[in-house]
Amino acid sequence: MIAGLIEGLPRRALILLGVLLVALIVAPLVAGDYLLTVLILILYFAYIGQAWNIMMGFAGQLSLGHALYVGLGAYTAAALYVNFGIGPWLGLMVAVPVAALAGAFIGFLAFRFRVAGVYFAILTIAVAEFARVGFDHLAWTSGSSGLFLPVRQYAHNDLWLLRGHPAMFYYVILAASVLALIGCRALLQSRVGYFWLAIREDEEAARSAGIDTFHYKMVAVVISAGMTSFAGVFYAFFYNNLFPEQVFHVLRSIEIILGPIVGGIGTLFGPILGAFLLTGLAEMLTSTLAALGVDLPGAKQVFYGICLLLVITALPDGVWPWLSKRIGLTERNK
Amino acid sequence: MPFDIYLNVAVGGVLTGLVYGLMALGLSVIFGVVRVVNFAHGEMMTIAMYIAVTLFAAFHLDPLLMLVPIAAVLFAFGYVLQKAVINRFITRPEYSQFLLLVAMAIIIVNGLLIVFGPDAHNVQTTYAYDSFQIGPLIVDATKAYAGLAAIVVAAALFGFFQYTRLGTAIRACADNYTGALVVGLDVKHLYALTFGLGAACVGAAGCMLLLIFDVTPAVGPGYTLLAFIIVITGGLGSMPGALLGGVLIGLTEAMAGLLFTPSAKSMFAFAILVLVLLFRPQGIMGKRAA
Repeated sequence: MIAGLIEGLPRRALILLGVLLVALIVAPLVAGDYLLTVLILILYFAYIGQAWNIMMGFAGQLSLGHALYVGLGAYTAAALYVNFGIGPWLGLMVAVPVAALAGAFIGFLAFRFRVAGVYFAILTIAVAEFARVGFDHLAWTSGSSGLFLPVRQYAHNDLWLLRGHPAMFYYVILAASVLALIGCRALLQSRVGYFWLAIREDEEAARSAGIDTFHYKMVAVVISAGMTSFAGVFYAFFYNNLFPEQVFHVLRSIEIILGPIVGGIGTLFGPILGAFLLTGLAEMLTSTLAALGVDLPGAKQVFYGICLLLVITALPDGVWPWLSKRIGLTERNK
Repeated sequence: MPFDIYLNVAVGGVLTGLVYGLMALGLSVIFGVVRVVNFAHGEMMTIAMYIAVTLFAAFHLDPLLMLVPIAAVLFAFGYVLQKAVINRFITRPEYSQFLLLVAMAIIIVNGLLIVFGPDAHNVQTTYAYDSFQIGPLIVDATKAYAGLAAIVVAAALFGFFQYTRLGTAIRACADNYTGALVVGLDVKHLYALTFGLGAACVGAAGCMLLLIFDVTPAVGPGYTLLAFIIVITGGLGSMPGALLGGVLIGLTEAMAGLLFTPSAKSMFAFAILVLVLLFRPQGIMGKRAA
């Protein structure tokens, strides 16, 4: 199994991956609280980027509404915790099916009626916006006034209830990102993965080759949605507050997709590289502006927009395919 | 509630809907000809709205009188955008074009946020609180003027496409790209003109909408989505469909605001989108499947 996963990777790539992993594991020992928070944010986006990439990068379905699955995951787990005292890991058992069901609903609506491409993207935004307005009026999760998780000073880390020091959250999201990378590699090497690539390249041809495209596109959206909902649970317990206006907003969905696009759509390492580049640069920008005493609320987003513009114009395949060629690593699946 | 309240709200919704329809018409024209989905459509409208707000605050110029110059500014913006950037993306994959415009949208929203701040702006015209009484009907003057202006601009656009040589040439590009190239049409120039026209439409719609609603930098994405919902509901590539879709959405939002709560009105627009996709994917006036 493991031999199968690393088979075909150049030795240099394996060494590089190993070094990166070790660096990430020891990082909390040397990093201060601020840097740790930035690293958590980077890994959070790397994880969701990986999940989004399953739909867009593997199966070729552009989703611009992944904030929906983050929000559903976050709200399900948080509401269960606040209202019934059910912990996040049990909450996850509910959150994943809820998000997967929402994904299946969108997929069913779209794929059944051949709503594809940009129209599919619009539908995903519309459902996410529907959820945003809906949660604004949902009394059970206190509507637009926000849902808050009780914050207390915890003497020790409680992994079962996800309450504790940022370092614990860091290791949780690091483990999730590593698992997501391994899982995506395994998916790409599986039968389903090859079917997805066939659909992405030419759906008509895939159908005439006997692939049940409806079925496999549904599989993609359900896996992607379920995976994304874990990020939502993590978000809820890390930040301890949820507002529909924030979690479901279109801008959140766009933030999610920027990493994999900048890094390289359809590549396994693209979402990770993209998250490091974008979040790293954005944090540097924020702290530079703060150091200069400039308070510009939209500056970070303008920066994101310009990054997206530059990458799309200059490196349409993303940074990773270009970089990996430069440093002599070629991904077998690209 | 007495019946005439419903009637009044419905008429207001239809008039607002006509302006929505004009906004969606711009999107429909761009998509129908250039085959590029303008994801920065609502954001372009907020640019027009901020120009109108600034002109009103500085010189007390009425947005309806400034409609033509502002539409001209937006036309130039659209023309240059298509000529300089989007034409290079024509042969790129759909998602690539889409993301290009998403990037434009993000830059516009936050650029406006940096320049104008997050507060809501509006214009207080002398007729802001006037109304017309027609039998039991009371119609707000602002909505009546806005709706009428939308009809005039839409009619001018129909006339342009139907009866002028340039309009015919643009329609030729939409019908048959290769054919248009073969007969010697400058397709890239015509594309840029079309994008400019779509931008001018949404600019004009922005001036009208400013009479009815406030503007903040954050409203752009919502209008983009609304324009998409209207175009898909009305039927792709159908100009009357866009207007009809706009009226339908305007009416739905108004009734939802009356019967439920105004803050939930956009949910009903999304519900209509889902129903249309379920039962009539080609839209109300569309001819073929999306």
